[in-house]
Amino acid sequence: MWNVVDGYAFPRGAWERGANEFGNVIGDKPMTIMIDVQGVEKSFTLHNQGGASFSVLEGANLQVQSGECVVLHGQSGAGKSTLLKALYANYSVNSGSIQLRDGEQMVDLTTALPRRILALREHALGYVSQFLRVIPRVPTLQVVMQPLLDLGVDEAVCEAKAKDLLSRLNVPERLWSLSPSTFSGGEQQRVNIARGFIVEYPIMLLDEPTASLDAANRKVVVQLINEAKARGAAIVGIFHDEDVREAVADRLVDVRAI
Amino acid sequence: MNSAAETWQDIEPLLSVQQLSKFYAPGKGCGDVSFDLYPGEVLGIVGESGSGKSTLLNSLSVRLQPDSGHVIYRSEQFGELDLYEGEESLRRQLMRSEWGIVHQHPRDGLRMNVSAGANIGERLMAVGERHYGNIRERAEEWLQAVEIDASRIDDKPSQFSGGMQQRLQIARNLVTHPRLIFMDEPTGGLDVSVQARLLDLLRNLVAQLGLSVIIVTHDLAVARLLAHRLMVMRRGEVVETGLTDQVLDDPQHPYTQLLVSSILQN
Repeated sequence: MWNVVDGYAFPRGAWERGANEFGNVIGDKPMTIMIDVQGVEKSFTLHNQGGASFSVLEGANLQVQSGECVVLHGQSGAGKSTLLKALYANYSVNSGSIQLRDGEQMVDLTTALPRRILALREHALGYVSQFLRVIPRVPTLQVVMQPLLDLGVDEAVCEAKAKDLLSRLNVPERLWSLSPSTFSGGEQQRVNIARGFIVEYPIMLLDEPTASLDAANRKVVVQLINEAKARGAAIVGIFHDEDVREAVADRLVDVRAI
Repeated sequence: MNSAAETWQDIEPLLSVQQLSKFYAPGKGCGDVSFDLYPGEVLGIVGESGSGKSTLLNSLSVRLQPDSGHVIYRSEQFGELDLYEGEESLRRQLMRSEWGIVHQHPRDGLRMNVSAGANIGERLMAVGERHYGNIRERAEEWLQAVEIDASRIDDKPSQFSGGMQQRLQIARNLVTHPRLIFMDEPTGGLDVSVQARLLDLLRNLVAQLGLSVIIVTHDLAVARLLAHRLMVMRRGEVVETGLTDQVLDDPQHPYTQLLVSSILQN
């Protein structure tokens, strides 16, 4: 399925097709770099547990083009989630640079002001985590609509999009006016996914989004991811399910090897 | 939607704090605090008792003269002001119009012996509104905005529950469309369910009105819900600062790590 050459895994046939190291067929339309990670080091020091310190990322480098889905793989604890969170500025890094595209500009997360990062997260950078974390008293439809409302989009449009996503993800209509706090894990995750995909972010980070989903719903998520790729989004994801990985990945990257 | 590149060069901070210090005694107060606050930003100041957070808040809101440092505010009416270099009367005018303060104890921020409507109306009159009909109408609107039934407009705050008093305090502050609000433990002392309702209200109002807020709290859950950025204080010093989720999910300073690990999860 994958040919591994010099530590890079190419989708089947890509090497033979004369694709470049990013797996993009040479001669295709020009791609834009959306994510540029250089020399990132990240270690954790637990001051209140005897100062235990461990290094998770050591000089990581990664570039992701628009329309490309890069899947991070590696053993548990290898640093996949850490890298993803660093790409969202949820985690800081000890050294190196993390540049993300916002229109014509590249913004370095390691030096940007907090409000610059918050603005990126509003319209340029999306993150879908494994678990839903919302304010307990907000109804599902509102939860899903909010990121698009925050961009000033008309409420009716937001509502229509939210309903469409929730329907595709098989969240029954009778749940839309209820807070997701009493839903099952799978239902909560589908609300989480709907919220994560309502804004068409140019860059998307997906941390095990399908972990608690059945096969049918995993298929829907694959569709959503492929639609995002088709509109040019750059995606970095962690997926344990092999079927999802195969269906969406353009390139597999071992976190330890970068 | 504007290109992000355009917006970033132009916006200036609403408030610039430069090396602000105020100490009552060694280790008691706040030292060498500097930060910028932009329009629409919510800054949370967190720390335990004695960390200096309230001292800092009082110095920022010109209720306490600092020992050193500067607080620069960009006023709509008066331009750029170095708050402690100017006239006391100017500071008081800002307090009435462009600023608001929500105290932990509603009694500190309300007049308990006049009606709810009068509490709100007073603020309007202090900035020059004279038309009784308008004042009453605005008071009714704001009572509804904070989910107090407009029929209670002539009742005294002493007849309200703690949560309602707190919401009245918020209405009283917001009626003059302030740009900057200081809050000191606004949900402290309230029952959990009442707290939740108040937090939701604050969250929505802040977002809708594009308010800048500096909120002091010891409750990290409140900070996570409301603040864009956090400053963690310990014994008068700012030990860590940054994006709220980064400070809480990837704390660097030993004290921040201790604070974060001390919260009980439910």
